[in-house]
Amino acid sequence: MSHSAPTLPPGLPLPAAANRRRTRRADAWLPYLLSLPALLVCIGILVPFVTALWYSLQRYNLAMPFTRGFIGLEHYQEFLSDPAFWNTLRVSAVFTLATVGVELLLGLGIALLLWRRSRVNDAAAVVLLLPLMTAPALASLMWKLMTNPGFGVLAWAAAQVGAGDFRWASAPSSAMFTVVLVDVWVYTPFMVILLLAGLRSLPPQPFEAARLDGVPAHFVLLRITLPMLAPFLLTATLFRTLDSIQQFDIVYAMTQGGPGDALMVFQVQAYLEFFQYTNVGRSAALLVVLWAVTYALSRLFIRHWMRLRQGGRAHG
Amino acid sequence: MADLVLRVLRGLALALVLVFFLFPIVWILLMSFQTNETILRLPPSLAFDPTLANYKALLTGTMETSSGTLQVTFLRNLGNSVLLASLSVGLSLLLGVPAAYAFARFRFRLGEDIAFTLLSFRFAPPLLVLLPLSLYFNELGLADTYAGLIWVYQLICLPLVLWIVRSHFEEAGVEVENAYRLDGHSWWAGFRKVAIPLAMPGIAAAGLLAFIFAWNNFVFALILASADKQPVTVGALAFVTASGIQYGQIAAAIVLSILPTLALALYAQRWLVEGLSLGAVKG
Repeated sequence: MSHSAPTLPPGLPLPAAANRRRTRRADAWLPYLLSLPALLVCIGILVPFVTALWYSLQRYNLAMPFTRGFIGLEHYQEFLSDPAFWNTLRVSAVFTLATVGVELLLGLGIALLLWRRSRVNDAAAVVLLLPLMTAPALASLMWKLMTNPGFGVLAWAAAQVGAGDFRWASAPSSAMFTVVLVDVWVYTPFMVILLLAGLRSLPPQPFEAARLDGVPAHFVLLRITLPMLAPFLLTATLFRTLDSIQQFDIVYAMTQGGPGDALMVFQVQAYLEFFQYTNVGRSAALLVVLWAVTYALSRLFIRHWMRLRQGGRAHG
Repeated sequence: MADLVLRVLRGLALALVLVFFLFPIVWILLMSFQTNETILRLPPSLAFDPTLANYKALLTGTMETSSGTLQVTFLRNLGNSVLLASLSVGLSLLLGVPAAYAFARFRFRLGEDIAFTLLSFRFAPPLLVLLPLSLYFNELGLADTYAGLIWVYQLICLPLVLWIVRSHFEEAGVEVENAYRLDGHSWWAGFRKVAIPLAMPGIAAAGLLAFIFAWNNFVFALILASADKQPVTVGALAFVTASGIQYGQIAAAIVLSILPTLALALYAQRWLVEGLSLGAVKG
């Protein structure tokens, strides 16, 4: 430490050197310089975001540019009495609850099944990655081929068990079931690998103690495993909820929101509002409502996530 | 006895799980080696003479149908996917690694703000940003350009790179770097010769995962790219509409589109948990 470094390492409390003032200043702007490009990208995202907020307060239809003007909260007021809006809200809620619910239960079950390390279990965990790494839009196409009424293997199988009139995504009554099925196929593995990572990071002592005491398995699951797994369950559920509520790819690739308005989730509805009806203002307002919901949820998530980051380095 | 029943039940459950998650991929793979005649057969059967005609049609760009020859642009979509995903990842590493380093080594307000803005946009509806952008892009001359798309793809790649690489810089610790710098090296040398090599596994993981997510993205290109710039995800959908009933070719197109990410995922599996949860859960 006898010689003074030409520039002072950041965060290192060296004794004051002769050139301390100058280097301090250099170090002060270094982090800003390094993060400048990322900041610019941030601004690049924030500008269109603010623009969208602004559009949502305007009457703005690309087909009728001359009627453009500020209308305040009119779009939002219209939503309150608009059956299409309530349908969107209902469809999005059903889709989100169904997908996250099924994926959580199924994912937890599979994770418990694969908990113990063995060659078979590890191989199965790898196989489960494949649906998750398939582009969701392409996954929809795959299921579309399999449920095609003309030759689809699933349509044929349904007919064999006496459900020949089950029309999968092309009937309003079964369209939701079909897209939920595709979502479950793609994203259950997400739950599995997160929960599996959680299970395998748990300390073994409580489980050994329970085994020695002859505690019944269901009691261990409810009183030991699940409480200890809670942070991971919360992380996985929040992640999936935030993504599910915004699902676009699977629904759009499958039916573009149809048949009728059976699958008009938020982003699909907003997409059609923009590109089919060129109604920019209304489309933006719809997305702002969705954003408000996800923002509230993501605050919750980020707070939880920060706790994991600070306290939970132990989850390694 | 009860133990045996339990083991059989577990085995059965595992088999069911594997069938459910593997069957669609296997089925589409089988379809891609069939002609339309055998695909349309009912009941579906595994007895067929495998043919490479579907792949040949996709790769040569011409498809023979009963109503004449069709041009197939699928190869172009594949090229677009490679181009968009790799350049986007390259750019996000270039922008993200220095920023991640700054966030890990310096405590400064702006850093946290940027990190969290990007994180919260990871969870915001993409259309909220995309729709105004589609209007802006016309004015900026970025409409339907690779550059415009690559910039928007940063929305997927950059948060991933920032959060994962940052945590790896933090874990590597500052001690080795400080020791190196006390020998008279500049921070730049320390960054390049010490910090980056130590964080390399994290950087590689972030890059791989960002590539997978960029490749799988659908909505950005659907909105911002016209046919000749579209990646496979959007191209395959258009292909279905254009080719109508060429189911074998559709299946082959799907196989070619998902193969690269599946292969990369197998390679990157040990970082997937961390990447999918943006570092919230470690694998």
